[in-house]
Amino acid sequence: MTEFLSLREAVQKYVKPGISVAMEGFTHLIPHAAGLEIIRQKIHNLSLIRMTPDIVYDQMIGMGCADKLMFSWGGNPGVGSLHRLRDAVENNYPHHIEINEHSHAAMANAYVAGASNMPCAIFKGYRGTDYPGVNSDIRFISCPYTGETLTVVPAIKPDLAIIHAQRADKHGNIWMKGIIGIQKEALLAARQSIVTVEEIVDQVNEKQGGTVIPRWAVNVVCCVPKGAFPSYTEGYYNRSNDFYVRWDEISRNRQRFLDWMDRFVLSTIDFSEFMLKLEKQGYV
Amino acid sequence: MSKTGYTSNEMMVITASRFLKNDAVVFIGIGLPSLAANLARKLHAPNISMIYESGTLDTKPDRPPLSIGDDELSRKALSIVSVPEMFRYWLQGGRIDIGFLGAAQIDRFANINTTVIGDYNYPKIRLPGAGGATEIAGFCTHTLVMLQQTSSNFVNTLDFISSVGFGKEGNSRPKLGFTGKGPQAVITDLGIMEQSPETKELIMTHLHPGVSVEQASESTGWPLKFAESIKTTTVPLEKELSLLRKLEKMMK
Repeated sequence: MTEFLSLREAVQKYVKPGISVAMEGFTHLIPHAAGLEIIRQKIHNLSLIRMTPDIVYDQMIGMGCADKLMFSWGGNPGVGSLHRLRDAVENNYPHHIEINEHSHAAMANAYVAGASNMPCAIFKGYRGTDYPGVNSDIRFISCPYTGETLTVVPAIKPDLAIIHAQRADKHGNIWMKGIIGIQKEALLAARQSIVTVEEIVDQVNEKQGGTVIPRWAVNVVCCVPKGAFPSYTEGYYNRSNDFYVRWDEISRNRQRFLDWMDRFVLSTIDFSEFMLKLEKQGYV
Repeated sequence: MSKTGYTSNEMMVITASRFLKNDAVVFIGIGLPSLAANLARKLHAPNISMIYESGTLDTKPDRPPLSIGDDELSRKALSIVSVPEMFRYWLQGGRIDIGFLGAAQIDRFANINTTVIGDYNYPKIRLPGAGGATEIAGFCTHTLVMLQQTSSNFVNTLDFISSVGFGKEGNSRPKLGFTGKGPQAVITDLGIMEQSPETKELIMTHLHPGVSVEQASESTGWPLKFAESIKTTTVPLEKELSLLRKLEKMMK
């Protein structure tokens, strides 16, 4: 049975210190609200997994939630660096984080392997690069049929996946549309899952197009309107490119970052109050 | 802005855009490559098929995106596929002509670093990482690379090989099993580099108007060689410049 909980209850129940969490989203449908709730509840020692960590992982790393990060591209798209991620890797601030770095192709294949209950993924990546020298998870095998050298990486099997989608129906079936990224694979690779949605409707099904994830793969649904902001939800609101640009200035300096997080995240009770405050201060 | 009426960066983007033909299927990196591809599509290549790694196949954005998964790309796509499908079927499957990449550092064999400056474990500068570039560089039929030409960007030895151009000795692609042919050109703010058939390393084949051989040599971290008959690129046309500036304004 899929549970319908508030985001606060869902995070309390499922996000425990020390677990591995994949919060996926490829520019579109990034579960920002869930990340902020994890910060509010001060849950630490997480192993974070994400192909394209962006602002929300920068925030979680800067607030000390993560011990480890598996990723394949860690930047602010079109803007520059993730300053909190860089400060953690370059200066161990706020503390050291262990990096497990891959390419997009490797992580995409590794999620597929996880969702397929395979121990590893086979593909043709990394050839000629320095990645195998710094990541012992990247190994090579010989194809038993052709003898060709192939690359293998371990399957990704997170303890928990958190994704954002347009809709759930009242039974807990999930409906998403637009750039679907790696979210379905991440969810099916994970042991447990939380899905935040823009709205809950009577029924979703194949006739509506898009991608449907059946309810028995979903532990919890939380209705969190605008829950992907400053990312976007197709059909609901556009990406706030402006916020991504402004994040560069907010996150560059440690104290400026901490003050901002205190003011907008730790001092608000939930995502809707956070959004109201952003609107009042002219961020939205 | 120099007295020529355009900047060296504008020259670089416009030069890069001219490489894209009307029927090309192009896998586009974010930043300068995306800007150049969008410029090409609005000028001489209206039928170009633009692919972004977020899953958008043949997308026709009105404004250049800030990120590879902008809503503008999604709304204007012929089709949207999942990320595994993109990397497994379309890229590794060999169905893309041109990979269009940026870089932080490049060496004489067109290998690329987008990972770290300094030691991997104790980096001086932590860069975003390879993202899709490692496999884009491997499996597109050709690649185009664009970056500013300075002696700290064009280095003798890379701090880290994130993506392979021609490999460590300049001829490793067949050995590595890559189906693609590697970099067709490296386009910089000073000119164009291409692989020398003899030495296998990048040599300067074109200089932008007003750029000297000395300037290009000083801006390269290895003893740069030049093509026997070095050519001068064509100055930006008025319509190229005005459209590029319009596109840049739309991104803000």
